[in-house]
Amino acid sequence: MKPPNRQRHDSWRKYGTAIALGAPPITTTFRQRFWRGRILPQCLVPVYLATLALGGAALAEDVTNIEVTIKDHRFSPSEIRVPAGKPTLLTIKNEDPTAEEFDSSALKVEKVIAGGRSATLRLRPLGPGRYPFIGEYHSDTAQGVVIAE
Amino acid sequence: MLAALVIVFREMIEAGLIVGIVLAATKGVPRRGLWVAYGLIGGTAGACIVAAFAGQIATLFEGSGQELFNASILLLAVGMLTWHNVWMASHGRVMAREMRQLGVAVASGERPLGALAIVCGVAMLREGSEAVLFLYGIAASGGTSAAGMMAGGALGVLAGAAVSALMYFGLLSVPARHLFAVTTGLITLLAAGLASQAVAFVQQAGYLEVLTGTVWDTSWLLSDDSLIGRLVHTLIGYTAQPSGAQLVIYLLTIAIIVALMRFVRSPPASEGKAATT
Repeated sequence: MKPPNRQRHDSWRKYGTAIALGAPPITTTFRQRFWRGRILPQCLVPVYLATLALGGAALAEDVTNIEVTIKDHRFSPSEIRVPAGKPTLLTIKNEDPTAEEFDSSALKVEKVIAGGRSATLRLRPLGPGRYPFIGEYHSDTAQGVVIAE
Repeated sequence: MLAALVIVFREMIEAGLIVGIVLAATKGVPRRGLWVAYGLIGGTAGACIVAAFAGQIATLFEGSGQELFNASILLLAVGMLTWHNVWMASHGRVMAREMRQLGVAVASGERPLGALAIVCGVAMLREGSEAVLFLYGIAASGGTSAAGMMAGGALGVLAGAAVSALMYFGLLSVPARHLFAVTTGLITLLAAGLASQAVAFVQQAGYLEVLTGTVWDTSWLLSDDSLIGRLVHTLIGYTAQPSGAQLVIYLLTIAIIVALMRFVRSPPASEGKAATT
């Protein structure tokens, strides 16, 4: 026969010392309260609120539009100046017959532009500085830099 | 030729690592090679189709079609990897115990192989389409160097396969009783990394204008463009300049996978009691 309050008995043995030191008796473990109780949802509330607040702030900004052309596997202009702290829209026109991949880990952009087509790139608001980019398929000639100031 | 090798190899690293992990995770499962091959063939065919329609895909959704396409296939892979881990948590307990007892991987016919085939296919599709576009560009421009470049591209694909083999045999050197835990952990981190990549694409498309700021910049220490940077980028989702949203989704994906795995797992307490009484 099973003892009726075995669970309780076990936890009493586990937490007996803590109770003797004045802590309230705990019948569930932290792990149980974390996954089944309210600890996890409560932790997520501030994350959610912060997301909403930052989202609202980001929507209120205006956007600069800059045009870039790829010809003979080169960017022109190869130096692009953008205002720091504001989002920018780059319209890239590929006048070569073959595809090119605009690639920049600094700008966190990776985009294939098919031959003879144009593409729109949204740059996040950048801190002041230089952000190099390349055309990955012709990285020896297709090089450029975005300068945020 | 060397340039072509490097470019194609860079695109193939991710697919190579993923295939290596999938093969190690399915060690001992019958017909897994066939499923992985289906995934790779499907992915390669898909890559050619995507490359052919790259221009059309790009013009969808006000010019953000490519980003959203990339993000959605990445999220598909995240979903499949999550499913695999959750499935293994619910069905794999007995299997894992047997593995530990016998010290070898136990063959089991029923495993979510379809899900893992899709993961391999998606990895091939995304990175492969870029390699196809690059090689097509070379072939179209012709010239004397075209043949050499194509040879370089083929070598790049082979080098990607070598990465796959290295990952696979590296994982097999892990003792069999730990292999299950190691591959589960790797798949969790892989899924989190892919989810954060997906977020980067959604943000690039301008659909998630929240937490776009860079949380930290470790490009001085380990750049995304370096070989090691690329490896850890795939394996654990490392990026030198993560945005806030990427970080949040990364952690959230891990939390969701771990929570789901705990949720479906039969409570270990009852199992322990059953064993003692």
